[in-house]
Amino acid sequence: MHTLTTLVASLPSDSFNPASETVRAGVLLVAPLLVGLPLLSAAVLLLSGRRSDRWGHWLGVLASAASFVVAAIVFVTMLQRSADSRVIDVSLGTWIDAGAFQLDAGMRLDPLSLTFVLLVTFVGTLIHIYAVAYMDHDVDRRRFFAYLNLFVAAMLILVLADSYLLLFVGWEGVGLASYLLIGFWNYNTEYAVAAKKAFVANRIGDLGLIIALGIMFATFGAVDFGTVLSGADGGASEGTLTAIGLMLLLAACGKSAQFPLQSWLGDAMAGPTPVSALIHAATMVTAGVYLIVRSAPLFDAAPTAQLVVVIVGAITLLFGAIVGCAKDDIKKALAASTMSQIGYMILAAGLGPVGYAFAIFHLITHGFFKAGMFLGAGSVMHGMDDQVNMRRFGGLARYMTITWLTFMAGWLAIIGVPPFSGFFSKDKIIEAAFVPVDGAPWRAWVFGSITMLAAGITAFYMSRLFFMTFEGERRWSTKRDGSAQHPHESPKLMTWPMIVLAVGSVGLGFFLNSGGRFVEWLAPVLGHPEHEEPVLPIWVLTVLTLALVVVGVVIAWRRYAVSQVPVVPPVGTALTRAARVDLYQDSVNDIVLVEPGQALTRSLVYVDRTAIDGTVTGVGLSTVLLGGWVRRLQTGYVRSYAASMLLGLVVLVVIVLLVQS
Amino acid sequence: MTDFVAPAVDWAALSPVIIVLLAAVVGVLVEAFVPARVRRTVQLSLAVAALAGAVIAVAALWSGVEETGGTVVLGGSLLVDGPTLVLQATIALLALVSLLIIADRTDTGEDAFAPNAAAVPGSDYEELARRKGVQQTEIYPLVLFATGGMLIFPATGDLLTLFVALEVLSLPLYLLTGMARRRRLLSQEASMKYFLLGAFSSALLLFGIALVYGYSGSLRYSEIAEATQIPSGLDSLLLVGAVLILSGLLFKVGAVPFHTWTPDVYQGAPTPITGFMAACTKAAAFGALLRIVYTMLPGLAWDLGVLLWTVAILTMVVGTVAALVQTDMKRVLGYSSIAHAGFILTGIIALNEAGIVAVLFYLLVYGAATVGAFGIVWLVRERAGGHDESSPILGEATHLSQWAGLGKTHPLLALTFGLFLLSFAGIPLTAGFAGKFSVFSAAVEGGAWPLALIGVLASSVAVFFYVRIIVLMFFTEPAGAEGEPTEAAALAPSAEGFALAGDAAVAVQAEPVVQARSTVTTTVIGTEGFAVVAIAACALVTIVLGVFPSPVLDLIASVATFLP
Repeated sequence: MHTLTTLVASLPSDSFNPASETVRAGVLLVAPLLVGLPLLSAAVLLLSGRRSDRWGHWLGVLASAASFVVAAIVFVTMLQRSADSRVIDVSLGTWIDAGAFQLDAGMRLDPLSLTFVLLVTFVGTLIHIYAVAYMDHDVDRRRFFAYLNLFVAAMLILVLADSYLLLFVGWEGVGLASYLLIGFWNYNTEYAVAAKKAFVANRIGDLGLIIALGIMFATFGAVDFGTVLSGADGGASEGTLTAIGLMLLLAACGKSAQFPLQSWLGDAMAGPTPVSALIHAATMVTAGVYLIVRSAPLFDAAPTAQLVVVIVGAITLLFGAIVGCAKDDIKKALAASTMSQIGYMILAAGLGPVGYAFAIFHLITHGFFKAGMFLGAGSVMHGMDDQVNMRRFGGLARYMTITWLTFMAGWLAIIGVPPFSGFFSKDKIIEAAFVPVDGAPWRAWVFGSITMLAAGITAFYMSRLFFMTFEGERRWSTKRDGSAQHPHESPKLMTWPMIVLAVGSVGLGFFLNSGGRFVEWLAPVLGHPEHEEPVLPIWVLTVLTLALVVVGVVIAWRRYAVSQVPVVPPVGTALTRAARVDLYQDSVNDIVLVEPGQALTRSLVYVDRTAIDGTVTGVGLSTVLLGGWVRRLQTGYVRSYAASMLLGLVVLVVIVLLVQS
Repeated sequence: MTDFVAPAVDWAALSPVIIVLLAAVVGVLVEAFVPARVRRTVQLSLAVAALAGAVIAVAALWSGVEETGGTVVLGGSLLVDGPTLVLQATIALLALVSLLIIADRTDTGEDAFAPNAAAVPGSDYEELARRKGVQQTEIYPLVLFATGGMLIFPATGDLLTLFVALEVLSLPLYLLTGMARRRRLLSQEASMKYFLLGAFSSALLLFGIALVYGYSGSLRYSEIAEATQIPSGLDSLLLVGAVLILSGLLFKVGAVPFHTWTPDVYQGAPTPITGFMAACTKAAAFGALLRIVYTMLPGLAWDLGVLLWTVAILTMVVGTVAALVQTDMKRVLGYSSIAHAGFILTGIIALNEAGIVAVLFYLLVYGAATVGAFGIVWLVRERAGGHDESSPILGEATHLSQWAGLGKTHPLLALTFGLFLLSFAGIPLTAGFAGKFSVFSAAVEGGAWPLALIGVLASSVAVFFYVRIIVLMFFTEPAGAEGEPTEAAALAPSAEGFALAGDAAVAVQAEPVVQARSTVTTTVIGTEGFAVVAIAACALVTIVLGVFPSPVLDLIASVATFLP
């Protein structure tokens, strides 16, 4: 990293979107291994069947770790290059060659994609290790690791793709892996339904990406990043770009659980906890942020789309925070917080150049502290006989010290206490949200206030979660088999990943922020954000935010640590009741989508039965009748064969003669 | 005394035909003089060498024909031009792979042919021959004679040679059809039907030749073509003659309404022979049809167009529709071959160079898939008395229900068969797709887009029954997996197949195996290796020509011109 700073310091600035360079030789050619290793491992695990049950999980860990090593090699190589030559294309040959449309498959190695690669492989490897112990008793552990590897490979395809089409391949791949993993325990109908819900919500988003692809191809005649992003500046009308932007946003909403497609994330917690940590907290759900940041030039040229992005981010930010306050299921509370934090990132990404880098910055720190907390939640569940109701926790700090300490690191990070990593990343987003926009001074105030307010609510609900779980008195229920609970610390394979992630939660923000390291690192892709003054001085913003955070923590402390927490949830206010059911999102979905959809389906079924089936059955029936008739002609008697030949011949002769005359 | 001028014969140009026919004659001598012990080895080597030699001879002639456009041999009786060479190569290659399947005696030690074809089915004499393990080797010369006729058929330059070649190729086929080892009555019945109907169509052809000769005063295609240009009051003579000639050829390719023999003969003939017949006869007959339509009757294109259109549409529709309701694998493939004849006809109707290329290409890819598919059908057998290894192997398990679950018990075989079916269906990345695409695009180019449309529709309907078989193989539990007697197996070859074959109802009683049917299971027998090589070669061709059709298409296109 030291090298990085020196290199960065010596850079000419403002090398925004430099022309990419194609490598044909050298150490960077190992890049395809990034995807290849986990993919190969997934294939081996899935194809070898029960034979690999004994060692399969270690192969999975090894593949993910090897991928991380490759990523590290690429990273070091990248650091040795000057900043303006850090956008590199690795060609993998022609992929599609269809007439006017020619597309090469290739990998875009640049600081942005590499950041994601490092996050995915590093956190991914830790979670693989954790899962070895967590899934110890599951007979299908091998299959689980196969899916995890598949996910890692797909996610890497997503972030390394050099075209929107290849990105789409990864996009679908992670969707598939997510579906398989949410429904991993699919013998439970509820879980299978949750998987299906996630799948459907994601499909709606995918539709957006497909339409965006279509418009891109119609407008630019290509779908690779190079052509599309450089063509965005003047190559297309603002209306077109806005349409593309909105469609990309729809895709992002599906994948990143943003309003109005957020409802699947809570249910997705049905998957095993390592999955929640890796896919539904640290990596996959951030793909939407990646998509928007990657398409930065498109959005820069489409201010309307940008505004919608900010609005969606803001709504989700508040939505997730409010829902998080009311959830009693520890994983669902964390899921709501994930939704809310990604809202921060989407909002930041919508702010334009001033926010892109910070969106990614928050994404990285969030990847660490949220994954850490999910693993902590998994550890708690592990020690508490898979109990997830926080009202049945309490006072666990004494029994699982490591989990408690690592969770505390994550908690302090997410609520933004300095010097934990969340403080640096979130503070930057709040600052950026307060930066005035030309012609719309209200925006800075509205969005700035929302981000600040949400920081306060976040402090409240995360503290609530933390206190209800680890502090206060014990409210344990008996185990499922009736015996008393004996909470215990998890095995080393589970605690070490948590410790490593906790270290990241503590120090990563400070490290990346000092000297603007991270922003400089991303500069070859995202440019240098011009420093603009927020409407209020920065120190005022920081103090105000921290004050809100303190208020949130104190309220939570009084209600959930000091006073007694009822085991049965009280009726609560209307807002609490609404928040418990995700602000009636499912009901809204039912009314807006499901019921009209079902009505449509019913009418379609009706039309299908009467009109189409009638026709098809008619055709089918007449075909079979005809077949039967032909069959009857096929009597087996030579005389009738000869007669039919003769008859046919006579008919043909007559036809020919008639035509001729 | 008139001077007799011996015709200058270009022997080299005739070499593919001569090699095969000579080998056939030698084969007959081998039957007489070589001891039985080594007879099969000698016959097989001779036949393989002859067919390979024919392919090499074609290759040797290739560059010359590519330069000059072809040679007129034997005073115009034979025309060795590009299409001739392509067809001769196709026929010789397909005959070669068919021969490998025909020759394979499998690990039951028996080939597909009756130990003594002259014995009355079910007689003691037959039983004696069977027990002594008698196996015939006359099939090799017979196959070679038939192949020789097929090599001549598309090369003919006058109607008389055409007729002779037709008989040379047909007569051995009639015999071969009647020589099945199992279900002999069905086989003999098929042979009889084939012979009677074949004789009928030959008569039509001959009558047509007479009428056309009466009109034009010549038997040479080129001279007849000239005569058709000259207006006369006898057009109907010419037209009826042309229709009769075309009917004779359409009979051989199995086009509606001259198709009735196809399913019965395909079902009754020994399966390896069915593959040989379906692939090679079709190639030869379509070659001749192509030449006649393109070089003898272009002047009548408009008059005969309506005939060809009618026949093509009927053939595609009837072949497809009838295949839907079949329950016997060999009959399904039989009707599918009728449908394919319709698709090929659309390429002929195109009447352009693309049509020639497309038809020639289609014959190759269809032939490869057909030989392979029938090869596999031959290996899927019934076993009496459950899964016991020692229980005797019976005939082919041709009822569709007997194929259920084959994908689980014999994945590789089922996969290969699935490949051939996909190729028949014309699914992209198989050779069948490239073939269909080329004939239909040629038809569209030639203005026959309604035909192409019907062809595409028929193909999509046909996908249904091909995929049904694939579903049956891979996603249906094997009937009677526990070795129980199954309704399907019990019904299988007896009720359905024979009822369809009408006259053969008698055969049910005479077939000794029928009684033992109650505990019949499906199995796949091992081979001596020949059949595996042949099927693998077919599969390879199907895949390679599916993925890279252009080199072969280009190669054919470089010579696709008929000599007048």
